[in-house]
Amino acid sequence: MEYLEFEKPLEDLVLKMEKAVELSKEGDVDVSATIKDLEKKIEKCRKEIYTNLSPWQRVQLSRHPSRPYTLDYIHAITKGDFVELHGDRGVKDDKAMVGGWGTIEEKSVMFIGQQKGRNTKQRQKRNFGMSNPEGYRKALRLMRMAEKFGKPIICLIDTPGAFPGLEAEERGQGEAIARNIIEMLQIKVPIICIIIGEGASGGALGIGVGDKVLMLENTWYSVISPENCSTILWRSWDYKEQAADALKLTPTDMLKNKLVDGIIKEPVGGAHSFPEKMFRILKKELINQLTELEKLETKKLVNKRMDKFSAMGVVKE
Amino acid sequence: MGWFKRIKEGITTSTNEKKETPEGLWYKCPKCKTIITSKEHKQHLFVCENCNYHHRIHAKEYFKILFDKNEFIELDAKMVAKDPLGFKDSKKYTDRLKQNQKNTGLKDALTSAYGKMNGENVVIACFNFNFIGGSMGSVVGEKIARAIDFAKENKSPIIIISKSGGARMMEAAFSLMQLAKTSAKLAQLSNKKLPYISLLTDPTFGGATASFSMLGDMNIAEPNALIGFAGPRVVKETIGKDLPEGFQTSEFLLEHGFLDLIVERKNLKTKLSQILRIIKT
Repeated sequence: MEYLEFEKPLEDLVLKMEKAVELSKEGDVDVSATIKDLEKKIEKCRKEIYTNLSPWQRVQLSRHPSRPYTLDYIHAITKGDFVELHGDRGVKDDKAMVGGWGTIEEKSVMFIGQQKGRNTKQRQKRNFGMSNPEGYRKALRLMRMAEKFGKPIICLIDTPGAFPGLEAEERGQGEAIARNIIEMLQIKVPIICIIIGEGASGGALGIGVGDKVLMLENTWYSVISPENCSTILWRSWDYKEQAADALKLTPTDMLKNKLVDGIIKEPVGGAHSFPEKMFRILKKELINQLTELEKLETKKLVNKRMDKFSAMGVVKE
Repeated sequence: MGWFKRIKEGITTSTNEKKETPEGLWYKCPKCKTIITSKEHKQHLFVCENCNYHHRIHAKEYFKILFDKNEFIELDAKMVAKDPLGFKDSKKYTDRLKQNQKNTGLKDALTSAYGKMNGENVVIACFNFNFIGGSMGSVVGEKIARAIDFAKENKSPIIIISKSGGARMMEAAFSLMQLAKTSAKLAQLSNKKLPYISLLTDPTFGGATASFSMLGDMNIAEPNALIGFAGPRVVKETIGKDLPEGFQTSEFLLEHGFLDLIVERKNLKTKLSQILRIIKT
């Protein structure tokens, strides 16, 4: 388990705990009281750390190396009843964007999401969760197929942005995202989008137009990452914390500004500390949302989706 | 004597004897350095006669080129930005807005209007790049949305002239959602079978490219405009190499299949009218 800087007090306690447990195994000293005491301390420390997170700390948590990624969620939620599908039928299979058929408690759904890698090799393979145009086109192909068979779509969003590479530009990164946005607005089956990690800009919105857009508690969603915002507006990387504050990118702020539909609580300690608990929470939420959305008639569903996005923005006349 | 010793003297005119040319009388083409009078430059629709460089112009100039007798009615002329996030970087967003409004005499980065183009009704929404880099915040999004609604109600075609650096960072996620909002309106327009022409001009990037700019029934660009999703500097940093010549120009996009055609500014009005006439007939 890796610890972020602000998690250090927790790490110290956990290490002490491990030592105590080892001692108790040796059996020479009775350390049960110490263990109990440490357990309490750990819980208290967790609460202190995770209930007062700054926006920048949430950004850091959203990128925590131990955080569950898209395929982790899919495999857990479907209990393995998942068939991954590949390719955009034009250029290639984008490994940063995954998708396929799966079931949640016997409900069939189409899963789509950005995938990050856990070690250097995997990260390269997944291009750090940054899709090329073919990734967005593959996502759209799968969404159209879901529409054809009348199955709902679940998008799991976790990307530092669409890939800004040479080939991506040649193959129309902008067009690919634009096409997805306008098509997702009109697709005739329910779409649920969950920000499970990073929600960076057009790269996120390219699979982020849904009837319900929900954010996990320790995630962010905005038009630009705090680092890049700092570089552009302050002309230095050093203002990322201020940028994270200014962008109002936390789930709470996004909900307050009516730019997302809800927040999904994470276990105290974050999704990375208790992934199994997180999977159960998300699964329950998805079942509830699917049941609600299925009640809506198709035309109403689509109109409601369009109206929701059409109402976003604040102007003065 | 060293080989590097200067033989000829350099500029000998002392600074206080230098003659100043009055600002705005002459125009020097940034590409081929040809100098002509500003008056001539204006007559040539701000295009260099020598090298065909299309100088950046804004809504006021495009309206003059496209609307018959420069007659049009502006839509939502009073709309201004709010500061929903209380955004502050090195400067307050509200101050930045005020300063840009003062410098440009504009309310925000987009002007929309309706009028006649070669006798036919048309709605035109055009970016002003001189207003915070033509960035798209709530005002730009809302004005585009309403211009599309107006076109829909009046059964008129719409032309959106893009010239934008992308989303407006100072409105963060509000500006991001303008991509979805404008696209939703375009979907509704499309259902009414009304034509939308997207005219991409130098430069068109980011949020504009990732929404309405690329969603025209026809995507048209001016020659040699820079168009892309990620800016050239970002792409260069990503690949760690120099970019190929002509990368992200209109010609590059046409070659890769993302534009229908490239039209020179002097032919713009005729060509747009021709397309709309053929669709209507």
